[in-house]
Amino acid sequence: MARVVLDHVTKRFGDVTAVDDLSLEVEDREFLVLLGPSGCGKSTALRMIAGLESLTEGRIAIGDRVVNDVEPKDRDIAMVFQSYALYPHMSVARNIEFPLRSRKVPEPERGPLVQEAARALGLTDLLDRKPAQVSGGQRQRVALARAIVRRPAAFLMDEPLSNLDAKLRVQTRAELIELQRRLDATVIYVTHDQVEAMTMGHRIAIMNDGVLQQVGPPQSVYERPANLFVARFIGAPPMNTIQGRVLGEGDDTVLATPGGRIPVPAGLGAAARTASTGEVVVGVRPEHLEVDPDGPLEAQVAVIESLGHERHVVCRIGDEPLVIVRQAADEPRPAEGSALRLRAAVDGIHLFDAATGARLEAQA
Amino acid sequence: MTATRFWNRRRREAGLGYLMLAPSLLVFSVFVFYPFLRNFYLGFFRTPPFPGLPQRYVGFDQYREVLTSSYFTNSMRVTVLFALLTVPTGIILGLLLAMLANQQLRGIGWYRTIFSSTVATSVAVASVIFGTLLNPQVGLLPWLGISTTPSILENPKYALLAVAVTTIWQNLGLSFIVMSSGLQAIPDEIIEASEVDGAGSGLRFFRVTLPLLSPTVFFAVVVGSIVAFQSFGQIDLLTQGGPLQKTNVLTYAIYTALRGEQNEGKAAVLSVALFLVTLVLTIAQMRILERRVHYGD
Repeated sequence: MARVVLDHVTKRFGDVTAVDDLSLEVEDREFLVLLGPSGCGKSTALRMIAGLESLTEGRIAIGDRVVNDVEPKDRDIAMVFQSYALYPHMSVARNIEFPLRSRKVPEPERGPLVQEAARALGLTDLLDRKPAQVSGGQRQRVALARAIVRRPAAFLMDEPLSNLDAKLRVQTRAELIELQRRLDATVIYVTHDQVEAMTMGHRIAIMNDGVLQQVGPPQSVYERPANLFVARFIGAPPMNTIQGRVLGEGDDTVLATPGGRIPVPAGLGAAARTASTGEVVVGVRPEHLEVDPDGPLEAQVAVIESLGHERHVVCRIGDEPLVIVRQAADEPRPAEGSALRLRAAVDGIHLFDAATGARLEAQA
Repeated sequence: MTATRFWNRRRREAGLGYLMLAPSLLVFSVFVFYPFLRNFYLGFFRTPPFPGLPQRYVGFDQYREVLTSSYFTNSMRVTVLFALLTVPTGIILGLLLAMLANQQLRGIGWYRTIFSSTVATSVAVASVIFGTLLNPQVGLLPWLGISTTPSILENPKYALLAVAVTTIWQNLGLSFIVMSSGLQAIPDEIIEASEVDGAGSGLRFFRVTLPLLSPTVFFAVVVGSIVAFQSFGQIDLLTQGGPLQKTNVLTYAIYTALRGEQNEGKAAVLSVALFLVTLVLTIAQMRILERRVHYGD
């Protein structure tokens, strides 16, 4: 296993900058998730680590070796593709064996290694089948077995779960986490699914438009998003955001929003006053909003979505886009179309500069 | 009751089906089935030595005679040799060019155009080009200072080879296009997976690319063999079956029997033979090759 370092890596396709000055260190045995919407450059970044794309600028190192000019086959990595990319003309066993065969592992040693990988992924009974004769979930396991049969320096995974149905995805997600812990492997995992990112990664690196937005452990990214993009991308349902302006001083500081004035502690007020144009975006996660007859925010219930264990009360505040309040199922259910008042938990308020999107940190 | 209605409806639908098939069946009958059967029938009659005399029914005698003659066996040998010279080489060269052109390089479109350009070249043009190139007086060879007497096209040793080279060149464009489309149908991710899995270019080609390309190769072998067995134009324009019948492929033998010898019966028998040989060859190829061909999922 090894650490992987990206040092000011840029990739341009003609006029399009797919990855822009990306610097990232993936620690040995770390499970790092590259997260972002489609087209954000995460897959390109992964493909550069694999050697399937060249770098326009920068440097990539795997272990102690700079690999910019190293062929994919000599990088000592394994990759799981979104489409699995199994060899359709080979049996499952041959597919798993292929990386060993490519690297000239002597035949007698290959058999036990294939068996071991197949056993680890529950494929022992399918070894003689062709990929077309096994299910989607099983194909995905074959791709994983092919990756783990050799112990590479790092595993690269490009949306490996996105072709699975929802139920299988949840199950395989847990199995992948377990596998990574068991193999003690360095994994770089690309996904657009923030739930996968939150649940699987030791750290998440969030990208947008080719630019790295934030890197950190899932919980800290969730609790302290570095900017509006991250705030809105992480979390399901996403963070509510409304426009605001800071008024007053000291203990009388309030944020004026279309729904009403939210009193905030002086520290937050001071932070809000650092906004470049004086305008801020107030972010509150759905679980930090509650229905309170004395709350400062006036809202209109648009729709109520019931999920069994909880419900999402989708409200309209002024002309702002919808905000969502997360409620436990046993709380009183408001009527659709009714007016109500909301209160945001004080430590659940995030502030962002309306012009730059950057987080404004509460001042002590 | 229901069963009767079911069968009635089926019959009505079958009637409608045949009605819709009728136009193409009619065309096929007039231009394919009838001439084919008529040709088979013609083989039972011996053509008289002088025009005007009546034809004589000889049953299978003429078939036996012609098919055991050295004229036919020589022609068969030449045809098979011609196919062996042209088909595999054409496919391999087409594949090589396709692999060269299947790269993302600046100006690769020009190469693709050049490689596929012989598709737009007719057999006649190709034959004239090579006929001129190989001409002992004005061709490429005397220009290079190579004297060829007798000329290559009149040399029993090299004539068939020269015709084969012309054919390969002329078919190369099509072979290139077929192989290119086959290569492009292989998903990039599978090739990339094999790169990441550590396969060098040799292993990748023989264990991944070629097996995935095998349906295309199979198609090219079958169609290429049929085309080779039916080649005529280049023979007619370059060698007229000579020298010493060394390029007298079956189609040209049929043509000579019909036009040169005015022997309809012999030509009919040779035509049936060509049909049967092509049929057997194709069935054999289907049986043998298909077992080794991988069709993707």
